Amino acid sequence: MLQRRSLMQGGAALALLGLGACATPTPSKARVLVVGGGYGGATAAKYVRLLSDYKIDVVLVEPNSAFVSCPISNLVLGGSRTMADITTPYDALVKNHGVTIVRDMVASIDATKKVAVLASGPTIAYDKLILSPGIDLMWNSIEGLKAANDAGTIVQAWKAGTETMALRRQLEAMRDGGVYALTIPEAPYRCPPGPYERACQVASYFKATKPKSKVLILDANQDVTSKGPLFKKVWAEQYAGMLEYRPQHKAVAVDASSMAVKFEVHDEVKADVLNVLPSMRAGLIAVQTGLANSNARWCNVNYLSFESTAAKDIHVIGDSIQIAPAMPKSAHMANSQGKVTAAAVVAQLNGWEVNPAPMLTNTCYSFTDAKQVIHVASVHEYVAAEKTFKTVAGSGGVSAAPNEVEGGYAWNWARTIWADTLI
Amino acid sequence: MNASNPMVHRLAVAASLTLLASASASAQDARALYVKSLAATCANCHGTNGRALVGAGVPGLAGMPAPYMVQQLKTFKDGTRPSTVMQQLTKGYNDSQIEAIAAYFAAQPK
Repeated sequence: MLQRRSLMQGGAALALLGLGACATPTPSKARVLVVGGGYGGATAAKYVRLLSDYKIDVVLVEPNSAFVSCPISNLVLGGSRTMADITTPYDALVKNHGVTIVRDMVASIDATKKVAVLASGPTIAYDKLILSPGIDLMWNSIEGLKAANDAGTIVQAWKAGTETMALRRQLEAMRDGGVYALTIPEAPYRCPPGPYERACQVASYFKATKPKSKVLILDANQDVTSKGPLFKKVWAEQYAGMLEYRPQHKAVAVDASSMAVKFEVHDEVKADVLNVLPSMRAGLIAVQTGLANSNARWCNVNYLSFESTAAKDIHVIGDSIQIAPAMPKSAHMANSQGKVTAAAVVAQLNGWEVNPAPMLTNTCYSFTDAKQVIHVASVHEYVAAEKTFKTVAGSGGVSAAPNEVEGGYAWNWARTIWADTLI
Repeated sequence: MNASNPMVHRLAVAASLTLLASASASAQDARALYVKSLAATCANCHGTNGRALVGAGVPGLAGMPAPYMVQQLKTFKDGTRPSTVMQQLTKGYNDSQIEAIAAYFAAQPK
């Protein structure tokens, strides 16, 4: 009976996918199901099609009609870019690459039966599942934050979208002489240099329009977690007297009525605009499927193929994974992982050996104002003896100083990675 | 079943040759896949399959002659050609990877 029902749901799901209501839930061609259309998932969906010469079917489940980029979203806060600049529709994945997109969420995954259940009810059977659910914000890590966020009083804007504009409006409405405070959770979190870039962007906006205002960075970490010397130099030279950095400030509670944030050790801080980033963990569907087996927060994977160590034929990529040494939770890294995983899945479905020596790269640009940029770059190789990725000795590095040449490269990096991921 | 029968023997040899041929075809396909995914590490900035966006400020790699590309990557790597990220990135690739990437892009349509 259960079997019969699941077959019918499978048939319904296939009809929904426009693949015809077959009697069996398993198509004749291999099917890869990708869950989550961010940098990791959308790249994986496109590259499974490309690397299989369009011989493997790909279904992408994603609730949004368009992709909104986290990279560059800090420039929307600074005022030099718009939401339209950072938004790309998903249509091209369908038109150019034949990816089937289902606008829905996955409610649950049965790893034994290899079936995903959509929030709207139908099921989708898969041969391989690539899970790229991004991060889940741990609201309970800061008392009072969920209610303040629900009320729209304290936003995170760490998942780019409506909150990005909400935060921009709060900054626009703030009086000259006001304080913007940004709290940073303990690492690991999505986009290590992101908060420091955001502080620069808000300071750049204040400097031009509200010069008596202040930017306060309240960091749970011991020190700046990425590009530290470069950011500190910019703060001292470009934003002296306006931007203040305070390390070892772990936020534990907020009071939305007095716009105060409380810390584990230090005195509370009040601000006109509070931007509080809670701790983060693997996306909810990964946690619910039992894949977050590293401290109950991140998903351990076999780095050769990014297959979960908890479930066969489920590959986890992007910000949800337990990182290898020096591997950032970044957009570029998620895109790189999407390609390595696409190649591994194509090899496995063809009965070939998985690439024994995959490579990953990362390039991350941070805008210190509307035009100047600093970067960090790295190259990661799979080290078979240690079953992990390590940075190649001698590779990688950072910019010498903020510069406009890299400002141009950074914008083109963004345009190109959006195209490489989505078009 | 009857290995001494010359006909059966010939068939067995033919069958194993076919198997060998298909095994080596698979190995070739797998190798091509590895090279494609290696070359894809360039695509984030230089475009999918090396076709750069118009006005992207970086060269398209599709159709670039392999010897020229190998030479450029090596001069980035040793610092003779100044760069922002390219020296830091090329230092992560060995000579045979650089040659495989160059050969792949040379064969791509512009």
